[in-house]
Amino acid sequence: MKEKVIVVSNKMGLHARPAAMLVQTMTRYQSTVKILKDDFEVDAKNIMGVMTLAAGHGSELKFIINGPDENETLFAIEGLFKSNFSE
Amino acid sequence: MFNRRNIVFKGIAASPGIAVGNVFLLEVDDFCLIHKEIPINIREAEKKRLNDAIEKTKAELKITYDKINEVLDKNYAQIVNVHLLILADSSMRKDIDKLIESGVNAEYALFKVIDKIIRSFEAIEDDYFRERKLDVQDVGKKILSNLVGKQKKTIASLDKDSIVIAHNLTPTDTVSIREKLVKGFATDIGGKTSHTAIIAQGLEIPSVVGLKVISSQARTGDVIIINGDKGEIILNPTPEVIAEYKREYDIQFAKKKELEKLKNLPAETIDNHKVLIYANVDNPDEVQSILKNGATGIGLYRTEYIFFTRKAIPSEKDHLEKYLQVVKKMSPYPTVIRTVDLGGDKLAKMGLLNIEHEENPFLGLRAIRLCLKYPKIFIDQLRGILKASAYGKIRLMYPMISGLGELRDANKILEKVKQDLRKEHVEFDEDMEIGTMIEVPSAAMIIDAIAKEVDFVSIGTNDLIQYVLAIDRVNENVANLYDPLHPAILRYIKKIIDESHNAGISVSMCGEMAGDPYYTPILIGFGLDEFSVSSIQISKVKKVIRSIYFADVKRAAEEMLKCSDRNEILKIMTTIQIH
Repeated sequence: MKEKVIVVSNKMGLHARPAAMLVQTMTRYQSTVKILKDDFEVDAKNIMGVMTLAAGHGSELKFIINGPDENETLFAIEGLFKSNFSE
Repeated sequence: MFNRRNIVFKGIAASPGIAVGNVFLLEVDDFCLIHKEIPINIREAEKKRLNDAIEKTKAELKITYDKINEVLDKNYAQIVNVHLLILADSSMRKDIDKLIESGVNAEYALFKVIDKIIRSFEAIEDDYFRERKLDVQDVGKKILSNLVGKQKKTIASLDKDSIVIAHNLTPTDTVSIREKLVKGFATDIGGKTSHTAIIAQGLEIPSVVGLKVISSQARTGDVIIINGDKGEIILNPTPEVIAEYKREYDIQFAKKKELEKLKNLPAETIDNHKVLIYANVDNPDEVQSILKNGATGIGLYRTEYIFFTRKAIPSEKDHLEKYLQVVKKMSPYPTVIRTVDLGGDKLAKMGLLNIEHEENPFLGLRAIRLCLKYPKIFIDQLRGILKASAYGKIRLMYPMISGLGELRDANKILEKVKQDLRKEHVEFDEDMEIGTMIEVPSAAMIIDAIAKEVDFVSIGTNDLIQYVLAIDRVNENVANLYDPLHPAILRYIKKIIDESHNAGISVSMCGEMAGDPYYTPILIGFGLDEFSVSSIQISKVKKVIRSIYFADVKRAAEEMLKCSDRNEILKIMTTIQIH
């Protein structure tokens, strides 16, 4: 299992387009990915969960990744956030 | 509406412009949602019915997606993409299936689940995120209409004078509207960031959203004025009010026409100082639009898009294909192709390179640095560019050059690629011009030396400002310090232009500063030769150029260079006369 806290740094936060990018990327990996924000937990492979997180700029998200390709999955997640979702 | 005239409804201005026309009311689809008990033996069939409706909706959305791609750019298609992902949401699907398994009919199960999701969106404090419930609603409605097989009133009967009024418009509706070229639209719900508003802005159709009750007040055929600037509409206006608005509309129309007229006129000051206006593009699709707007070349073709849209590093063939599409359409105008400006993190994300995580990607392995470290990526791109150069006028540009070493190393690789092509008897333009972006302060400082080894330079102001002022462009905490009029920036720009001219080469600018008409006079005053700007800014920049005297702005620019205080610079800006 991998855990990582990431701060949302793009201007608009995880709005529809970045949320879609995240979900689409996650579905390429086998691992299960949970996102925790405050007491809220959602599945990173489901768009409505990700959007209802309402993760605006500066929110802290904890990713919990479980599965055979968890390293690659985490790497992909970090890449997306680092690139600010190509904003 | 009995005899009541001039009823004003205030909403939210979603897309600017004024229109007068006749109401076309798009009815809310009202479904009869009855809770029915489904016998246990047909519950599987009921699940299949739901599945069919979802699949049908998916197919319809895919068609919309393609259509949007045709008429608008990719960003808008993302909206439909979000809808497709909502359809694919497995937790929603599980919840609906569970309800059906417990004996609830598909329609009601769908309604219950969507309703629950919408309520969780409504609990969100942030406006933007809360509004996304509309997307969920849209998708729910689409599935529902496929479940009950009810057809929505068709927009086919719309005509050119129509102003569409609806409770809400889905992106699909909005695109159909565009195909019909209606005059405007107004909706009960939605905010400034609702997807419909975003699409309306892209289509340049006046629109007002968030009018709350308009769809229950207006009737098809009513006369209506829509004011997308103020965010209000007037139902059943009196002839006097219509006349007033028509006047306002004419003024706006004339302004737009005036900008259009500039299309074929040269970018030249009143005292005949000529410059060139080129366009920035990301994608071959944009070529038509930039030519329509009067661009006489492409000053910056960003090639990153070719990388973004692929899961593997693009091949020589991938490059060539894109460049040919652009170059053939642009001929005889020149196209400046910038070799890829990507960070290693992006390529690592694509699983293409094994690059360590970078703390500071803007100062990291990016652009030419990446290409020199991984020459295969670079060579494939250079081969594509060179091969395309046989079909039109291409100029090659390197990004992020920080000194002579990188420039010479890049040229060495280019020379090798050329030799290979000659051996293979492949044709290319032997005289293709080579230039560099000037966006790293060290390159700007030794511009005299660089200018002697290239055919042109282009100032990338976005990065130059970021690096000179040490401001991370995407960091909100320091964004207010980002300032193109900082005396240091002005001196850098002037130095780059003067010393390049001394070496006998031309200077272009392709950052956002070049496309902002506010800065146009000062850039002309500094002696900039080429402006490379986004398509819609071409006429605006040209209009300013055609309304100033070079002698005036040159004097003002010289004055500005003496200033060390930003306020003095701003004062001089206000004295520049736009005729």
